[in-house]
Amino acid sequence: MEIPKTFLGYKREDGRTGTRNHVIILPVDDISNACAEAVANNIKGTIALPHSYGRLQFGADLELHFRTMIGTGKNPNVAAVIVIGIEPKWTKRIVDAIATTGKPVEGFSIEGVGDIDTIARVSKKAQEFSIWASEKQREERPISDLWISVKCGESDTTSGLASNPTVGNLMDKLEPLGVHLCFGETSELTGAETVCEKRGKTPEAQEKFKKTWSSYNDFILKEATDDLSESQPTAGNIAGGLTTIEEKAFGNFQKIGGCKFIDVLEPAEEPTKGPGLYFMDTSSAAAECVTLQAAGGFNLHLFPTGQGNIIGNPIEPVVKLTANPLTARTMSEHIDIDVSKILSREMNLDEAGDELIKATIRVANGRLTCAEALGHREFVMTKLYRSA
Amino acid sequence: MGRISNKEIVTMAGTDIIIHDEKDNVGVVVIEKITPKQDCDCWIMENDKSVKIQSMDEIPLGHKIAMTDLNEGDTILKYGHDIGKVVKSIKKGEHVHVHNVKTKKW
Repeated sequence: MEIPKTFLGYKREDGRTGTRNHVIILPVDDISNACAEAVANNIKGTIALPHSYGRLQFGADLELHFRTMIGTGKNPNVAAVIVIGIEPKWTKRIVDAIATTGKPVEGFSIEGVGDIDTIARVSKKAQEFSIWASEKQREERPISDLWISVKCGESDTTSGLASNPTVGNLMDKLEPLGVHLCFGETSELTGAETVCEKRGKTPEAQEKFKKTWSSYNDFILKEATDDLSESQPTAGNIAGGLTTIEEKAFGNFQKIGGCKFIDVLEPAEEPTKGPGLYFMDTSSAAAECVTLQAAGGFNLHLFPTGQGNIIGNPIEPVVKLTANPLTARTMSEHIDIDVSKILSREMNLDEAGDELIKATIRVANGRLTCAEALGHREFVMTKLYRSA
Repeated sequence: MGRISNKEIVTMAGTDIIIHDEKDNVGVVVIEKITPKQDCDCWIMENDKSVKIQSMDEIPLGHKIAMTDLNEGDTILKYGHDIGKVVKSIKKGEHVHVHNVKTKKW
């Protein structure tokens, strides 16, 4: 198949391209959620991104909070941003960083004003942004403006046999075209960590991966009260036939095809070393991982599932594929692409990869994913440790 | 590593079990279930070879079958790699899962 050279996206002020055109109302902290949701309820064409954190965090955990907030606002799928926080200082820090993209962004703080007047003031600005964004048109943009993140969930053995290798096939075909790619799930590479390490393009990337994985593994060993058998593999994984974390890891690893990663990113860190594959240090929990990848600037997500994970993200469209024929049948409203014919050998991996590329471009052009149509907007911040 | 090659025959009905790599000592059931004493057709992805096996247990879609006899302490190979250890001996054709195999990590 000849891969299209372009897709239809929203060109942003900083040169990046969005596959979506969201106006977001971003609360800095948990107690600003109510305001943000009230505004999004008032003003059509806006979405609030409520979450549970943002108070009394410190050190690396606070830095990650800021990185996630700022990265979410900077993501090219976002046309304009309103930031609401309880106090002005942290709010301004986020607003100023998002403003470097050149997109419209405005911050509001609630202290000394109260919710009701804040909602009124913010709603006026949000209405202005929403109407402004509604005039943005899609235009032809190079395929290399796709930044694709991947993560699998509720995996079973069909994931490792077919749906993950389908994503790997897409990566093998899109990497030479200058697309940015990202995989994560540090803990779920356990068992395949030495094989994965060797996929680093440079000795530095390999060393960085080794350190990142070891540090996560040390943390798990320190905190674990048993052998983690209740969590990794999950009950769903086990029902689907996955027996050990090692088996899950080798299946997971099929998602990167034959690609090599050029760098290891901190959670929510934006890649800066040009096109190609990146590894991001993330949790293996679906919503946390996708939220971090979206904050890293990725504009479209591919999510292979076995037993049927139903996750979505508010700003990054999540395309779901499965090779499990039972899941494709019983959970069809969640599955964008059914590649179960690979198992019956009526379809080969090359054909499945082509189908996934076609679906990816249609979604990049604006086709709603199943998760978007169902209203899945899981925005889940990663928290590293207790607050002060 | 076990990848489906481009030259694979497009339609081949009747594969019951897929094996990733020639070195693997387990295969994955890819039909809704196999029943005891069923003669199963297995396809090895890595080299496109076919082998046969008779099942001993009922094994559902996605679950593993032992391709050889395995003793306690043996290593399970899938994708050509170590995915855990046998904790209870397994006969060829039996169901391989959490009741007889455990992780070597965590």
